[in-house]
Amino acid sequence: MRHTEDILLRTSRIGKKFGGLSALSDVTLHIQRGEIYGLIGPNGAGKTTLFNVLTGLYQPSAGEFQFNGAPYRAGKPHVLARAGIARTFQNIRLFANLTALENVMIGRHVRTRAGVFGALLRNRATRDEERAITERSRELLSYVGIEKPGQTLAKHLSYGEQRRLEIARALATDPLLLALDEPAAGMNATETASLKTLLQTIRDSGITVLLIEHDVKLIMGLCDRVAVLDYGKKIAEGVPEQVRKDPAVIAAYLGGGDE
Amino acid sequence: MKANHKSKLLLAALVIALLLLPFITDALLGRSWVRIVDFAMLYIMLALGLNIVVGYAGLLDLGYIAFFAVGAYCYALTGSPHLALAFPMMFPAGVHLPFWIVLPMAALVAGGFGVLLGAPTLRLRGDYLAIVTLGFGEIIRIFLNNLDAPVNLTNGPQGISRIDPVSVAGVSLNSTQHIFGIAFPAVHLYFYLFLAFTALVVFVSQRLERSRIGRAWMAIREDEVAASAMGIDTRNLKLLAFAMGAMSGGASGALFAGFQGFVSPESFSLMESVMVLCMVVLGGMGNIAGVILGGILLALLPEVLRHIVVPAQQALFGRTLVDPESLRMLLFGTALIVMMLYRPAGLLPSRVRRRELGADEPAAETSVYDATH
Ligand SMILES: Nc1ncnc2c1ncn2[C@@H]1O[C@H](COP(=O)(O)OP(=O)(O)OP(=O)(O)O)[C@@H](O)[C@H]1O
Ligand SMILES: [Mg+2]
Repeated sequence: MRHTEDILLRTSRIGKKFGGLSALSDVTLHIQRGEIYGLIGPNGAGKTTLFNVLTGLYQPSAGEFQFNGAPYRAGKPHVLARAGIARTFQNIRLFANLTALENVMIGRHVRTRAGVFGALLRNRATRDEERAITERSRELLSYVGIEKPGQTLAKHLSYGEQRRLEIARALATDPLLLALDEPAAGMNATETASLKTLLQTIRDSGITVLLIEHDVKLIMGLCDRVAVLDYGKKIAEGVPEQVRKDPAVIAAYLGGGDE
Repeated sequence: MKANHKSKLLLAALVIALLLLPFITDALLGRSWVRIVDFAMLYIMLALGLNIVVGYAGLLDLGYIAFFAVGAYCYALTGSPHLALAFPMMFPAGVHLPFWIVLPMAALVAGGFGVLLGAPTLRLRGDYLAIVTLGFGEIIRIFLNNLDAPVNLTNGPQGISRIDPVSVAGVSLNSTQHIFGIAFPAVHLYFYLFLAFTALVVFVSQRLERSRIGRAWMAIREDEVAASAMGIDTRNLKLLAFAMGAMSGGASGALFAGFQGFVSPESFSLMESVMVLCMVVLGGMGNIAGVILGGILLALLPEVLRHIVVPAQQALFGRTLVDPESLRMLLFGTALIVMMLYRPAGLLPSRVRRRELGADEPAAETSVYDATH
């Protein structure tokens, strides 16, 4: 119980400039352990940019963030992955010519140890580790609902399966925070429904979820709290019902289609 | 059970065939062909080493022969009278380290050069990396060419000769040895030495390929950004790939120097780098069997041409119209173009690609849409 009160991620006044364009300015927010936190906003609002800052792909031009108690200004991607932030990409970035299973196995890299000597000697410890990696990766494939054999090349999976494979690969890193960039984009209604169930299962397993999504219904039905970005600024934050009624949000984003 | 038994038998047959190869070649084609086969083995070792860098980690290296050169000169300097010229006081008879010390040293020094090349190029990709590595290869060659003054370190374009022959357990490989009453000429002995090393490189490649390290390399090859986001330290792993590839190249270079007894910068031209890269690409990047096949084909092709083209033309026209070297380039270029058109993944594509023959590129290209940036 105490745990759910804890704050996992806290950003303070994060800014990111691309030349003259302020993709993010003064973004301050916090995510609690165990919640599903939604990040919404119109196209070009800076959602993906925030992900890229949090995962070390971009260096922020201002501000910093705290993850799991440790401060980061300019993080390196692999350091943040080790710290426990895993992500998926809006424009799917799987290892296309590797198999589905190998994709997930690569996710285990950061939690395993075997180096060159382990590989060459293939000693007891390395063999055990390999077996554990394979086993866990198989589990994760079926956990996210990929029924095709693990030998299938990632690029030969269906679109929805590719999205779920990205989730499996991210989960393989044993994350504390799973950041999903539009996981439902391009999915049909059935696929979206099963994605929703999957995300709830993931949250129930204790992993905090940060979710960018354009599907308002999915956001409203799933998220504990939502933040809205517009032109790089946070214009609202709160529980979904409250955010949805916020005049600023309606003006910026929801106004067009929803009510 | 059955399949395992069968593959063991096949392996045994292969080993026996390889052990007999120099004798068969000698009997059928003559001694000079055994020498050609020896050189082919060196090329295979080089191609396998480069395969780690290009095939596994996806780092296009156009200067790979530089590591071969570094290894060769390591042996040339520490296993010949040459250093007596530069430092007569210190080494009046030159330096003559035993082969078993020089070989690992050559590998380590070359590995160091690999890191030296890797470190500044970490941020470069694709064609940019290719250009820098190409420059690196040329710089090494030019250094070797010019380091004969002020101190005569490399003897410049003349190269270094009188390199000690390789000796194993006190037995020199440069003279015919009699074992169980069978005469093993020098070229046969070197063949076995090279065979052992090729087997070692194959073993190392295979183990690495199917390991956590190998998977990380392939992840970098496929998508460096995604790899780093999954927690792979791309910097260290790229350096490791450069170092491993370079070490293998350096060891082959030392073997080459011992075998040939002479090295000069001429042997390490850009063309050689390109040749080795072509072996990797033509045979099947990332696939050990493919790379070996590529090495065999490209190393033997010029020799076959030399031995067939000239006599054939003499017989047909009474003179040589096309010299074998130009014909080689012509055939080679044609082969590359045909390959890129019809078998872009190589003669023996890598394991993963083979696994899914037939169903090629269905929805994949359209599904990976790019919504931002
Ligand atoms: N690497 C970059 N270089 C220059 N501009 C960039 C870069 N990345 C993002 N931008 C710009 O920053 C702004 C925010 O982009 P971002 O991708 O974060 O938006 P988003 O909220 O994810 O939008 P969408 O819903 O379309 O995915 C956009 O104007 C975009 O053009
Ligand atoms: Mg986006």
